Amino acid sequence: MKFFKKANFRLNEFLAEKAIAAIATTSLVFIFLILIFVFRESIPLVLGYAMEEDNKLSLTALFSNNWIPVSNHPQFGIWPLIIGSIKVTAISLIIAFPIAVLAALYTATLASKRTKEIVKPVIEILAGFPSVVIGFFALMVLATFFQNVFNLRFRLNAFTGGVALSLAVIPIIYTVTEEALNTLPKTMTEASLALGATRWETSLYVLLPAATQGIFAAFLLGLGRSFGETMIVLMATGNAALSSTNIFESVRTMSAAIGAEMAEVVFGDAHYNVLFFIGVLLFIFSFTLNAIAEFFLKQRMMKKFQGGA
Amino acid sequence: MKPGRRIFGTGFVFITQASAFLIIGLVIFIFLTIIHGGWNTLSLEFIFSSPKNGMTEGGIFPAIAGTFMLVFIMTILGVPVGTITAVFLCEYVKKSSPVAKIIRFAVNTLAGIPSIVFGLFGLGFFIQFVGRNMDKVLSPPGELIWGQPSLIWAGLTMALLTLPTVIIVVEEAITSVPREWREASLALGATKWETIIRVVLPNSITGILTGTILAVSRGAGEVAPILFTGVAYFLPYIPTRVTDQFMQLGYHIYVMATQSTNVEKTLGIQYATTLVLLLLTFILNFIAIIIRYQLRKKRIA
Repeated sequence: MKFFKKANFRLNEFLAEKAIAAIATTSLVFIFLILIFVFRESIPLVLGYAMEEDNKLSLTALFSNNWIPVSNHPQFGIWPLIIGSIKVTAISLIIAFPIAVLAALYTATLASKRTKEIVKPVIEILAGFPSVVIGFFALMVLATFFQNVFNLRFRLNAFTGGVALSLAVIPIIYTVTEEALNTLPKTMTEASLALGATRWETSLYVLLPAATQGIFAAFLLGLGRSFGETMIVLMATGNAALSSTNIFESVRTMSAAIGAEMAEVVFGDAHYNVLFFIGVLLFIFSFTLNAIAEFFLKQRMMKKFQGGA
Repeated sequence: MKPGRRIFGTGFVFITQASAFLIIGLVIFIFLTIIHGGWNTLSLEFIFSSPKNGMTEGGIFPAIAGTFMLVFIMTILGVPVGTITAVFLCEYVKKSSPVAKIIRFAVNTLAGIPSIVFGLFGLGFFIQFVGRNMDKVLSPPGELIWGQPSLIWAGLTMALLTLPTVIIVVEEAITSVPREWREASLALGATKWETIIRVVLPNSITGILTGTILAVSRGAGEVAPILFTGVAYFLPYIPTRVTDQFMQLGYHIYVMATQSTNVEKTLGIQYATTLVLLLLTFILNFIAIIIRYQLRKKRIA
């Protein structure tokens, strides 16, 4: 009897372990499901047959210059959307990257402990701002401000969107950079100071170069966030699908196109497929960036970043 | 040191300092602007009444209720899965094992996918695939009950989106439980499962709580994933079933600010709604930050 009881006992343990292992694969399973099902809805487009019937949309037409999804002769050139995304993302990173890295350098290497304890939580709070709040702020305050300052024709444009977006990207770049600087061995700072370097010399010439990999990863993660962000660009960029290089003109980004148009499309038609195809592009892009960033980041830092974001 | 070099050094320190304080200044400025714009409209009546006259007057109660329901569904679906994943990663596999590495990579990837793609996935998988097929089996022919945007699908999408946050924070808490406690428990004859249930999890409860709070805060603020998985522009009633659509604070701000018939007239309402959402997420984040700082201090001590 005792033997059976014991066997039963082990069986429970065994089942518990298997059940836990099964549930733990959820993330992995859903990565595949996301890939499959977002891809699935864009298949008619990729294979091209849905297009030839109604719109004669070939691959060249897909990457053409006209995004006119709602009309009698709809055109689905996603080029303006790609340009829009690149433009807004570039502006946001040009602003966010230096500010975030310098601020991280300050708190990680130069600031007093007290100052650090104020700055860090505040930036964590900024990380917690819902993007729709930042979008609203951009729409109501930033747009008017920039229009007055630069004397602009369009209130909402790529520049306003980019600046607003930088508010969402700063916390990410800051957190990862800060982590990268903090994980550097203490002896590095001590050696540098012992050799007679000042604090700022240590910070700029020793610690900053040593953290390059982490900072590069921070850049990539910021880029991913910026490229995929939807609500801020939806509210602040004006949403006109123009492919110009002028940063003060309205743009429509890839993510904003999905966000704005998906609710109105007819299920299963060409427009629907194209929007899912844009989703596939966003997925592949973020997946690649993440994989590269992870390669450059130590696991520990990655964890902290995602827990804090 | 040459004077030029000293000036350069002072300049460098100044720039880093300025960057840090610029961010703080911006955060404070955003807060003050939103508070300034919304304070006069904000009242108990505003919070507890419904929109009136084509959403140009009245309150935001349905949006608040919808947000809470969404977050509740998200939490009961997502937090257990996240906690179990964290337990698996910490207690059942070695950090360097291939299984752990693959799952970790999946979690990190999931965290990096743009929220709008989650929305597409919710539409393509939950609604078009799972929902439609459930209708084929469960619903009367020709009727769409599950195969349309609703609370449950939005909640599931959101649970998936916040899963990485939960996993990572809970993992952090589980690793902070001293190894000796596990060894003591095992030495006393408890099995692994008993050790996890009686020792590891009770001592990680603050971490689980923090993970939940952070997920809730994220879930309350995200709009992109629910745009086409369940949110409604306007509903005169509070949803009662999981297959109902719902209103949500963030989406309410978005439509009021960009698609309202009278943007000028509703400016107060818009600011006040933003203020409510901002305060909600701020308080949640603030609590989570404090708990985590305490937790880290404890771990270092």
